[in-house]
Amino acid sequence: MTDMAVEAAQVAQSDTPMDRARALSAFKFGDVSFYWITRLSAMCVLLILGGIIISLIVGAWPAIQEFGFSFLFTQRWAPSAQPSPVLGALGPIYGTLLTSVIAMAIAVPVGLGIAIFLTELCPMSLRRPIAMAIELLAGIPSIIYGMWGFFVLGPFLANTIEPAIIALFAPIPVLNSIFAGPASNLSLFNASLVLAIMVLPFITAISRDVFATVPPVLKESAYGMGCTTWEVARNVMIPYTRVGLIGGVMLALGRALGETMAVAFIIGNSFKITPSIFAPGTTISAAIASEFAEADGVHQSGLILLGLLLFVLTFIVLTCARLMLMRIERRQGA
Amino acid sequence: MNPIYASRKRTDFIIRGLCIAAAIFGIGWLTLILGSLLWNGLTSLGLNVFTQMTPPPGVTGGGLLNAIVGSLIMTIIGVAIGAPLGMFAGTYLAEYGRHDKLSSVIRFINDVLLSAPSIIIGLFIYGAVVVPMGGFSAFAGSLALAVIVIPVVVRTTEDMLMLVPTALREAASALGLPRAYVITRVAYKAARAGLITGVLLATARVAGETAPLLFTALSNQFWSIDLTKTMANLPVTINNFVNNPDPNWKNLAWAGALLITLAVLTLNIAARYLGAERTPK
Amino acid sequence: MSMSSVTLPEASVANGDDAKHPVKLAVKNLDFFYGQTRALKGINLNLYKNIVTAFIGPSGCGKSTLLRVLNRMYDLYPGQRATGEVLLDGQNVLDPKIDLNLLRARVGMVFQKPTPFPMTIYDNIAFGIKLYEALPKSEMDGRVEAALKGAALWNEVKDKLNASGLSLSGGQQQRLCIARTVAIKPEVILFDEPCSALDPISTAKVEELIDELRSQYTIAIVTHNMQQAARVSQYTAFMYLGDLVEFDDTSKIFTRPTQKQTQEYITGRFG
Repeated sequence: MTDMAVEAAQVAQSDTPMDRARALSAFKFGDVSFYWITRLSAMCVLLILGGIIISLIVGAWPAIQEFGFSFLFTQRWAPSAQPSPVLGALGPIYGTLLTSVIAMAIAVPVGLGIAIFLTELCPMSLRRPIAMAIELLAGIPSIIYGMWGFFVLGPFLANTIEPAIIALFAPIPVLNSIFAGPASNLSLFNASLVLAIMVLPFITAISRDVFATVPPVLKESAYGMGCTTWEVARNVMIPYTRVGLIGGVMLALGRALGETMAVAFIIGNSFKITPSIFAPGTTISAAIASEFAEADGVHQSGLILLGLLLFVLTFIVLTCARLMLMRIERRQGA
Repeated sequence: MNPIYASRKRTDFIIRGLCIAAAIFGIGWLTLILGSLLWNGLTSLGLNVFTQMTPPPGVTGGGLLNAIVGSLIMTIIGVAIGAPLGMFAGTYLAEYGRHDKLSSVIRFINDVLLSAPSIIIGLFIYGAVVVPMGGFSAFAGSLALAVIVIPVVVRTTEDMLMLVPTALREAASALGLPRAYVITRVAYKAARAGLITGVLLATARVAGETAPLLFTALSNQFWSIDLTKTMANLPVTINNFVNNPDPNWKNLAWAGALLITLAVLTLNIAARYLGAERTPK
Repeated sequence: MSMSSVTLPEASVANGDDAKHPVKLAVKNLDFFYGQTRALKGINLNLYKNIVTAFIGPSGCGKSTLLRVLNRMYDLYPGQRATGEVLLDGQNVLDPKIDLNLLRARVGMVFQKPTPFPMTIYDNIAFGIKLYEALPKSEMDGRVEAALKGAALWNEVKDKLNASGLSLSGGQQQRLCIARTVAIKPEVILFDEPCSALDPISTAKVEELIDELRSQYTIAIVTHNMQQAARVSQYTAFMYLGDLVEFDDTSKIFTRPTQKQTQEYITGRFG
């Protein structure tokens, strides 16, 4: 603050009107240019979005022309087929949705449970360290999760849990095709589990944040009627924060849908759709990651088209998430 | 005891148990990940990792020197491009356009970009930079990282400037200072710790990013600091090493993963520490 | 200021009243601590059946704290503890083995700010009843209606029972909270500055309601408003800096207080 006051004083002390006019015009120039620098930088954000959309559409154009809507409904992925490549997005779309849904089905209840544990049950002295650990884990790069899944979790699942599940459901129709063998290091289920573990800290952190917006007196009045912890959580905390929780879950879903490195190693890169979740599969991002660098021509364009689909999908999910989170922020501010 | 109350107690008991189980389950997995990362990483970590180049397949020894240096270069360039841009954009949102329509659109788009899949950013830079420039380059990789840095910095800059009390700006304006000077000399100074926190968080975010580098910077096996060529970097090197059965590569991948995680954790903790230091001035 | 001049609270308690009104809740040698800070110092007093007892005193005197001991609300927060005895029909509320949920069902509480739950008006009432009773729909409707009538709210909300409780005005929300508390048939009701967020008309309605509730419940009310204490209560306790300075007939406290501090406070010389 002091140097600024000095500067202002210098302006005031300028002897002749000429000096002062010059100083003021220098100020004015700096002022206007700073305004425009920030404004143009802000426009950059729009430019990035526009750039993403345009470059994806341009890159995907050959594939759109070649395959049209059938791209969405074709399962076959044969970039080197003769006479011309056949590319269909059905396998990656199926894999993307399936892994995300399974991951969310595991991570949402567990994450909510941990958040309730942290806000209502955990001894005070443990709350901050656990919450901090979870927030730090949310920042760990996804390639670490993917690598661990590939080297540690995959072999473990394939050798222990999966054979047991396969044997358990073998005599039951329908279920025996969903949980069909053979157990494998690389499968949709393994990828889902890694995804679940990856989004877990994220869901926990965001749920804890929105639970913190519940006014203490509201919880007290429920406890004051003789409600149990679970009744307070179910009837007061969750309804009160519903919009924010859904927003947080959608944000996590957006992450899961677009996640690349956590699944790429462990999903098996198979474009074939099989009913078994223990079979290898692929996701949009895993397919792009594993094939893009070596692809060219229509094959590459098809991968960019996959990317465009993923972008549209996550854009919708993230937009909904942000709109919902904005609603709870506004209420909190009110 | 009232039977309804008894069953309520029972439900509560069960759910409490499930919550505790969830906590143990979740924290257990995460401990397991960190544990195996530490174990495998530390056993593979030696001085050679920092002094030797990445080895070709089938050869023992070697290190990650070129990848570490490449990652540092690209991360620094990415942050150097993205952070100022993001900071200026955040300044506009917080200082000039607090209530105009354009700002609310930008703010919203920025929030969406904040969690857009990073592989999409890779595709974008591939189409916008790699193809026109005629090949993969470290520069393209840095740009991809910059695109990821921008939304993070925009968001934190805006949030931090919003915390600066209006009275402080008014006091500065009352001295006859133009807006730009009020912002750069007063608001930035008051929000300094928060702004640095934002940049640290953004750096942590890109330090481990793999997907956007896969087809922008690519990677290579050699020492190269030429920005117009492909450049070795830790994440893509790890990616390539994991995808190969070579045991030496596997060990180096663990060592690299440990390095990245430590870097990211250090940056995050530093950011938190700074954030906690922040006192309203 | 030195507290040595204060006479022991028991000395000023009109013990003869025990005969007139049965004691519902007896507080004996109660101390309360926030961490190291002693917020209540050796409190002794009785809440009588069918009597409204008002707690007055300057901010931070411990009156709200005392209320939060009576239903063990402080248990939600670690680092807070109470010693001494609080006997509800002879049973010690501070006993760590006591079932808190059942205790809180017997000792209801209405808060400073209205706290309707995020559900419909009907469910705000029915929710509490369902905690303890399984009623068929028709009977439940009757109970909800009775509770809302009891809180003088029925006529205002009978056509919009399925609207959110949050859609009501502040005064209506507060009466909804009273209805919700009454619906689970507590024995004691604690009011923690129930009117401080309300306009004068709503305040008058709530005060009227408290007076009606007296016939069935034991009531304690914390208030900053001395006229309110004079209007709604039969007994008044004046607290200062964690001490119970004087506890007596409301009329006596406001006309012939025995303690100098009480007199100064009610005449507006401090607080």
